[in-house]
Amino acid sequence: MLWMRTLTLGVKSLWLHPLRSLLTVLGIFIGVASVIWLLAISEGISIEARRQIESLGADTIMVRSVKPPSEKLSANSGVTPYGLTRDEYDMLVETVPTLKSAIPIREIRRQFMYGDRLVDGRLVGCTPEYAEVTRLTVNSGHFISDAENFLRENVCVLAARVSDRLFPYEDPIGKHVYVPEHTDYYTVVGVLQHRNASAAIGGSMDSQDFSNDIYIPIKTLQQRIGDTVTRRTGGSFEGEVLELNQITIRVGSTDVVKSTAALVENALSSHDDMEDVAVVVPLELLEQAETTRLMFMVFMGLVAAISLLVGGIGIMNIMLATVTERTREIGIRRALVAKQKDIVSQFLVEAAVLSVVGGITGILAGIFCRPAIVWARNFVSAAYPDTMAALPDVVRNVTPTIVPESIPIAFGISLFVGIIFGLFPAIRAAQMNPIEALRHE
Amino acid sequence: MHACSIRNLTKEYVLKSETVRALRGVSFDVPEGDYVAIMGPSGSGKSTLLNLLGCLDQPSSGELLLGDDNVATMSDDQLAEIRSRRIGFVFQSYNLIQQLTVVENIQVPLYYQGKLGAKERKRCTDLAARVGLGNRLTHRPMQLSGGQQQRVAIARSLVNDPYFILADEATGNLDSKTTAEILALFDQLNNEGRTIIMVTHEDEVAQRAKRVVRLRDGLLQSDVTNDAEERQRAAARALELIPTEGAEAQEKVEA
Repeated sequence: MLWMRTLTLGVKSLWLHPLRSLLTVLGIFIGVASVIWLLAISEGISIEARRQIESLGADTIMVRSVKPPSEKLSANSGVTPYGLTRDEYDMLVETVPTLKSAIPIREIRRQFMYGDRLVDGRLVGCTPEYAEVTRLTVNSGHFISDAENFLRENVCVLAARVSDRLFPYEDPIGKHVYVPEHTDYYTVVGVLQHRNASAAIGGSMDSQDFSNDIYIPIKTLQQRIGDTVTRRTGGSFEGEVLELNQITIRVGSTDVVKSTAALVENALSSHDDMEDVAVVVPLELLEQAETTRLMFMVFMGLVAAISLLVGGIGIMNIMLATVTERTREIGIRRALVAKQKDIVSQFLVEAAVLSVVGGITGILAGIFCRPAIVWARNFVSAAYPDTMAALPDVVRNVTPTIVPESIPIAFGISLFVGIIFGLFPAIRAAQMNPIEALRHE
Repeated sequence: MHACSIRNLTKEYVLKSETVRALRGVSFDVPEGDYVAIMGPSGSGKSTLLNLLGCLDQPSSGELLLGDDNVATMSDDQLAEIRSRRIGFVFQSYNLIQQLTVVENIQVPLYYQGKLGAKERKRCTDLAARVGLGNRLTHRPMQLSGGQQQRVAIARSLVNDPYFILADEATGNLDSKTTAEILALFDQLNNEGRTIIMVTHEDEVAQRAKRVVRLRDGLLQSDVTNDAEERQRAAARALELIPTEGAEAQEKVEA
């Protein structure tokens, strides 16, 4: 009851200076809102990063062929074979006990034609499991089948963008895509749904953009194109001999990922000298990303905490001014009835009201973070499409995700800040000598 | 029963290295229903005595009994408690809280005691009416004249039914007519049995009290009971200054 009245009194006193109170509240408001916003944005970024890494598959291990440094290639023979071989693929499939499936992959950059339309893209030779492991979804038709692979048929599956560009007005299924370099035709049997690029991972893996791919059975590729790829540029001649670009290994569960990776590395130790094979473990990346996420959050939280601190200083500043201004009133109250603790609670309540109002409005603003950012992004994309396109992917795609804990944390901190920073002025008010306070003009 | 009694009260202030002995052993009693004026030139210690009587400060030595309680040894919280229940303050500069209305100002002492029910609110309204401000309950101090503000202060001093009213130059800021009104109000309260202790430097005001205590250099100089007839004559003289309601109406008509 008494508390209720102290509260009413506090609100009344604050209401006497609406602008001043508003500005003080604004300090806390910004602090709380920025805690929620910054955490939401960093969470959004990390979710995006995690999604990209997860799309590589947490239960997969990727063994990639890497072009060795030039000094390791013998100079005289012109073209030196490097990287993974089909024998090694067979060896891994036969010897690694935890292996569930393994996909051999060969990628070559090529041009594709249909009619007079020409598209640059990647010709990917793979097995039917590829679609499942890399989470590609078929939009129409079907992905490469075992039979097509076994029979080395000239069929292909188009990624969404290639399909859009080669067949803007037609249904691609059943049409023939021409690869001029090998004078080969491939019959389109399926078209995939659009898929975002995966994250680049350290130095061992570029970001994978699946949208310009054309998939064909690996055995067809081996027969039609072979292992030697030559490229004539100007007067010079470049070639490489490579059997497989990548072997994607899937294991049964994430528990055995690391041990299997170690085993695979051991099995491929013959490549150590050439440095032409790299083992990529998305699970490890996921764990790294988790650590990065935590660090990021701590950092963002720190930045936000500083803004709350500034808000708190604002409260303290205004409360000190208020105490000085109301010295006479404090003297009157003390002389008539009030104990020190009554004065403390009166001023503390005012500080708490300021911070709670700031906290609640800050939380409301925080909740609107997601729609606000999405709106701002759409607005900027509409108004300045070029600027937007120049921004990094993370900025363009981030969707803030409110961390549920950030709301009580932000509110708790704001209340705490209000009380801590209100306490000193309140105590100062209470400790004033009533006789002197009464004399104050 | 004494409303308050003082035994050999001393008060020393230490200002830098110098010790100022503001009170050097003062003793007197204030029986219930008394009306005491405390007088003295500046530096005589009357403000110090007033602060001690008002429990705003603590003596260096001696006894200060309010009723049966020796307040000389009490803690700050206990003193606040005594102030809130036993002393009614009336100050020279009224000391009303500017943000509050008349009736809210009267309620302030009850507010901290946590008892502000319908009954208490009614009492506050009645007190406002009692000092002639029944129609100004929601006015703020800024909207009132000095005399009216002092009436609010007097109503406020009565709200906790105190042992005594402590008036510090209560008429110091008022013109003679308003002074007469306020003093008449004090007379009334005293006639109803209220104990009043007031500090003043005006002889005319002091004349209206039953008793005049004079201080000089921190010591009791004299303690004189006013002649009852003299008091009445002073009161009658002052009353002439106060226009009756009929006369006031007359003035308005003439104007």
